[in-house]
Amino acid sequence: MHRRKVIVNGQSRALAACAPYTSALDWLREQGLTGAKEGCAEGECGACSVMLARPGIDAPTEWTAINSCLVPASSLSGQEVVTAEGLGTPSALHPVQREMAVRGGSQCGYCTPGFVCSMAAEYYRPGRADFDLEAIGGNLCRCTGYRPIKDAALALEQPAADDVLAGRTQEPPPELAGDLAAVLAAVAEGAVVVAGSTDLGVEINLRGARPERTVAVDQVPELREFEVTGDRVLLGAALSLTEIERRLAGRVPLLDEVFPLFASRLIRNGATIGGNLGTASPIGDLPPALLALDATVVLVSRAGEREVPLSDYFTGYRETVLRPGELIKSVHLPLPLAGTVAFHKISKRRLDDISSVAVAVALDIDGGVGGVVRRARVGLGGVAATPIRALATEAALVDQRWNDETVARAAEVLAGEGTPMDDHRASAAYRSAMLGTSLRRLLGRAQ
Amino acid sequence: MSIGEAVPHESAALHVTGQALYTDDLVRSTKDVLHAWPVQAPHAHARITSLDPAPAYDVEGVVRVLTKDDVPGVNDAGTKHDEPLFPDEVMFYGHAVCWVLGETLEAARLGAAAVRVEYDPLPSLITVREAIAAESFQGARPKVARGDPEAGLAKSAHVFEGETEMAGQEHFYLETHASLALVDEGGQVFIQSSTQHPTETQEIVAHVLGLRSHEVTVQCLRMGGGFGGKEMQPHGFAAVAALGARLTGRPVRLRLNRTQDLTMTGKRHGFHATWKVGFDDDGHLLALEATLTSDGGWSLDLSEPVLSRALCHIENAYWIPDLRAHGRVAQTHKTSQTAFRGFGGPQGMLVIEDILGRCAPLLGYDAAELRHRNLYAAGQATPYGQVVRHPERLDRAWQQVLTEAEFVQRSKEIADFNASQPRVKRGLAITPVKFGISFNLTAFNQAGALVHVYKDGSVLVNHGGTEMGQGLHTKMLQVAATTLGLPEEKVRLAPTRTDKVPNTSATAASSGADLNGAAVKDACEQILARIAGVEGTTWEERVRAAYMQRIQLSAAGFYKTEGLHWDAATMSGEPFKYFAFGVAAAEVELDGSTGAYDVRRVDIVHDVGDSLSPLVDLGQIEGGFVQGAGWLTLEDLRWDESDGPDRGRLLTQAASTYKLPSLGEMPAVFNVSLLQDATETGAVYGSKAVGEPPLMLAFSVREAIRQAVAAFGPAGVSVELASPATPEAVFWAIESVRTVTHALA
Repeated sequence: MHRRKVIVNGQSRALAACAPYTSALDWLREQGLTGAKEGCAEGECGACSVMLARPGIDAPTEWTAINSCLVPASSLSGQEVVTAEGLGTPSALHPVQREMAVRGGSQCGYCTPGFVCSMAAEYYRPGRADFDLEAIGGNLCRCTGYRPIKDAALALEQPAADDVLAGRTQEPPPELAGDLAAVLAAVAEGAVVVAGSTDLGVEINLRGARPERTVAVDQVPELREFEVTGDRVLLGAALSLTEIERRLAGRVPLLDEVFPLFASRLIRNGATIGGNLGTASPIGDLPPALLALDATVVLVSRAGEREVPLSDYFTGYRETVLRPGELIKSVHLPLPLAGTVAFHKISKRRLDDISSVAVAVALDIDGGVGGVVRRARVGLGGVAATPIRALATEAALVDQRWNDETVARAAEVLAGEGTPMDDHRASAAYRSAMLGTSLRRLLGRAQ
Repeated sequence: MSIGEAVPHESAALHVTGQALYTDDLVRSTKDVLHAWPVQAPHAHARITSLDPAPAYDVEGVVRVLTKDDVPGVNDAGTKHDEPLFPDEVMFYGHAVCWVLGETLEAARLGAAAVRVEYDPLPSLITVREAIAAESFQGARPKVARGDPEAGLAKSAHVFEGETEMAGQEHFYLETHASLALVDEGGQVFIQSSTQHPTETQEIVAHVLGLRSHEVTVQCLRMGGGFGGKEMQPHGFAAVAALGARLTGRPVRLRLNRTQDLTMTGKRHGFHATWKVGFDDDGHLLALEATLTSDGGWSLDLSEPVLSRALCHIENAYWIPDLRAHGRVAQTHKTSQTAFRGFGGPQGMLVIEDILGRCAPLLGYDAAELRHRNLYAAGQATPYGQVVRHPERLDRAWQQVLTEAEFVQRSKEIADFNASQPRVKRGLAITPVKFGISFNLTAFNQAGALVHVYKDGSVLVNHGGTEMGQGLHTKMLQVAATTLGLPEEKVRLAPTRTDKVPNTSATAASSGADLNGAAVKDACEQILARIAGVEGTTWEERVRAAYMQRIQLSAAGFYKTEGLHWDAATMSGEPFKYFAFGVAAAEVELDGSTGAYDVRRVDIVHDVGDSLSPLVDLGQIEGGFVQGAGWLTLEDLRWDESDGPDRGRLLTQAASTYKLPSLGEMPAVFNVSLLQDATETGAVYGSKAVGEPPLMLAFSVREAIRQAVAAFGPAGVSVELASPATPEAVFWAIESVRTVTHALA
C-alpha cells in the first residue's frame, strides 16, 4: 500500500482513511504538526503553507510551497512534505527561521510557520540568484507591516553545501504519474476533476461542497505536455501557472503581464491552466488574455479529441461546451504572436485580488504609434456572464491608425461592451469607466 | 535581556519553528473533544417563532444542541445585559441562535444545518444614515465642550461646514476566535480562550453558568493577533464552550472559521460626522462644532467608551479654543462594533484631519503649513481640560520628519513632476498624532503580578496582561530581569491565568506594558527588599540562604496609575497619564486613469519615551502604520443595503473579498525613527505606550492621496475623499476635481 503513505519531515506516515473532504492541513494538524494554521481556508492568507517535493524544471525535484488548506489530504499520497517543524528546531534554527526570528519577522507568530515555508521554498529554488519576493506574496501578516519579513527574505544567502533539503534531487516516484485512461473512465462516471484544488478546495471549505467522487489529474503525463513549434505553443492542461510561467520564460509577453497579477505564487504553484478554464469563472484572469491570443482548447474523452476555439468554449455563467465525460487536455496558442499587447486588471488590491474588470489586448500594427492596426483581439473579464471578446471594439480598431483619435473612438465603444454590474468589488459605472481608460493606457505606454 | 536592549520576541524561536501553541492547537492533546458549530440566522432582524433542534439529533455524531433553555445562569454574553447569548430576537444577519455539538466538526456542521428555525422578519436599519434618520440610538449621549463655539464661529473670518463619513474595519487577526473548555475536579470550569480580557471572560462564563468567579479559571497562552477584537468579543464563545462542557462532561472546542468570525464578531466602528469650523485670517483654528455618530451595531458592547475616546481625540494635536463635540451611538442591525486599535481615537482624529485637508486649499494654505501652525503649544489644554505636557516634543518630531524626509525639496520636485505628467500625479503630506494613554475610566488603570523565586534561583513571572504579538511578555521579561539584575535565562514567563493574577483589566488601551510592567517591577522590588541583607556571592546562594532564613520568595505586585481623574458626566478631567506623539510624512503616486496608487515613501518619527524594547517598538510602529493605511485605503466592509432577501448580510465575508494590506502595499521606502531624549517620567523605566498611536500616523497616506487628487484639478480645489479611499473612490474624486474649472477659494 505504497500510495497510502506520506513522507512528512523525513518520516513516513500512514495516510489512514480520511474523508475525501479532509484537507492536507487538517490531516497534518491531526498528526500533531500544528505549526501550519488555518487563517482563511481559501488560499488567501498562506498561514497553512507547507513545502512539497514536486517534479522540477531546473532540477528533478523542486520544493514547492502550496496552501495545504486547499488540497485534499489524499492527494499527498506518495509525496514528500516539509512543514515548519521539519525545517528546524528552536535550538537549531533553519537559516530562514533564524532571519525571521532575529529581525522581528514574527509578532503574534500565527502566520509565521506559513511564511517560513513559502520563504524556504524560494530559498531552495535551483539557480536562485536573488530572492523573488513574489514567493511570499500569498502570505498575509496582520502585525508587522512586512518590513522585517522582507528584510529577512532579502538577507538569505545560498543553502550550505551539506543542506539535506537542498541536496534532495531524486526523481519523484514513477507510480505517482496518473493514467489518462483511468482518469477518463472516472470522469465518464461523473467524478469531479481535481488538479491544484485551488477552486474546489474553497468550495469544500467555505461552501460545504462534498463531491462524492474526485479524480486527480495533476500528474497525468498527457495533460502535462509542453511544446513550442513553429506555429503554436501547446500548454498541457495540468501544468501549473508557475510551471507555465517558467517554461515559457518570456516567450508570450501578454501572459507575462498576467502571471504576477494571477493570485499569488502559492496559488500559482497549484492552480492549473486547465482548472482556470474548467471552472469558467467570468472573472478568471487567464481567459481574457487567452481570448486575445486566439487560443484553442483541446478536449478529450474516451470518444476521442476535439479542438474548440476558446471564443466558442464559454456558453453561459460557469457553463462551457464540455460534455459529460470530457476533460480539457491542452491549450494551444497560435504563433506568431501579436506585436502590441497589454493586460489590464482592475482590482481593489493591486496584487492577489480578484478582478472587477480585466482587459487583454493584442494588436498587430504596421509600424508603431501612428501605424495601421491590421488585426485586433480584445478579451474582457468581469463584464458579462462569461469572459468575452470585445468584437465591436476590435472592429473599431482594425484598419485604423493607432493614434489618439482611434483610441478615443474605440475606447467609447469598449466602455459600452458587456453589461457590467454593481457589486462589492466595484460599481458598474467604475467598471465601464475602466474599460474606457484601458486602451488609452496602452497607447500612453507606447507613446 | 535588559531594558532598552533590542531583543527579538520572546517566543520568536517557537513561532518560526511552528512550536508556539495557540488555543486551537491544544485540541489534539485533549481527549474526547466535542466540536461546536453555530446556527446562524439569515435575517438582519427577525423574531424567532420556533426553534426545533430535534432533526439535528438525526445526524450521526451530533451529541447536543445548546439552546436558551440550557442556560443555568444569566442568558447574556456582555456586561450591559443587552447581548443575549441565545437570542429570541435576531439582531443581525448571521446572529447565532443556537449551537450544535458534534463528535466531529463535520457532524456539528451538518447538525446545525438540520436544526429547524422559523423566523418572523422585522424591519431593519443597516446604515448609520438610516439609523440617524430613524433616530435609533443606544446608550449615553456624551458631549465634550469648552468655551463658546457659537461666539468662536461668529468671530471667525472663514467658516466651513461639512460631513465626514468613514467606514469601520475588520480586525482580521490571523487566528480566529477559539475556546476550549473542560470541567475538572469538583465541577470547576477551565477555559483556554483567545481573549484579551481573561478576567471578564471568567466573569461572563460564571454568570452564564450560574457559578462564582472562583469556580471558573481562564487561561490564554497567546493569541494570533487581537487588535481589540478579542477584548469583549470572546466571552460569549467561551461561555458556549463552557456550557457545552458542563452539560456533556466532555471538553468542548469552539473555533470560528473565518467567515463565522467575519459575520459574527464586532469590528471597528464606522462613524458619521457633521461639522462646522472657524479659522482666523492666519489659518488658526478658532472654533469647532461637531456631532459624531458611531455605528454601534446591535448592542452596546464597548461603544460608549469608544465614543468617549473619539470625542477626546477630535482635536488630535491641534489647539481649538472653542469647541463642542456631541456624540451618540447608532443602533443598527449589524455585528456589535467593538474595540479596535485606537478605540475611537482614529475616528475622532480623522474628522479634524479631514477638515484640515479639505479647508487648506480654501484658505489658501499649504496643508502642511496649516497643520503646523495649529499644533498645541506649551501651557495649552485639551477641550476636556488636560494640559498637554511636552508639546515641544511634537514640534521636535515634526521638524525631524521634515528634515529626514527632505520634505521641502521633495514637495518642489513633486510640483514639477505633476506639472509635466498629465496621467500620473504625486502627493506628499505630513500629519501629527497625539494620543492619550490610560483607560478613560480611571478604575481600569490598575494591574497585578505574581513573581516566584524558586530555591534554585530560577524566577517565574506571572502578570495580568495577555500576549497577542505586541511583545508584552518580552517587555515583562526585560523588566523582571533588569529589576532583579539577572540574565534572561534565569527568568521565565508563565501563561496568563485568572487563578494566578485576579481582577485584571483588559490588555488594551496600549497600557499593557505600563500597567503590568510597573506591577512586575513592584513584585521584584519587594523580593529584593526582603533579601537585601542576605549574604551570598551569587544570586543562587542568596536565594538559598534567604529560604533557610524563612524569607518569603514570592511576591504579589500591584500598580495603579496615580494622578488620574475623570468626570464622565461633564466629560472633563485628566483621564490620561501622558500623551504619545508621532509624526509621519507619506508620498503617494496616483494613476489618473484608474485611481490606483502606490505609497512611494514613508518617514516616521515616533515617541515611545525611553524604549523598553526597541525591536518590539519598531514592530508596533510599522505594523500599526500599515494597519492604519489598510483601514484608510483598502479595507472595504460592505453590507447588503438593498431591500432584497439578504439585506444586512456582510458581503465581504472572506479573505477573498475583504482585502488586507499585503507585501505589495508596503511603502517602497519606509524609514522609522524613535524620538530621542523623550523620557516619560510617569511610566515604567521612562517608556511610553506604543500599541495604538502609530496606527494614526497613516493619516499621512490619506492626506497625500488627497493632495495628489487635487493635482488633477485647478489650484485651490478642495478634495472630498471617501474613507476608505479605494482606487474606485479615488478615481471618482479625480473625476470630480477634473470637472471643477476654477478653484472655489
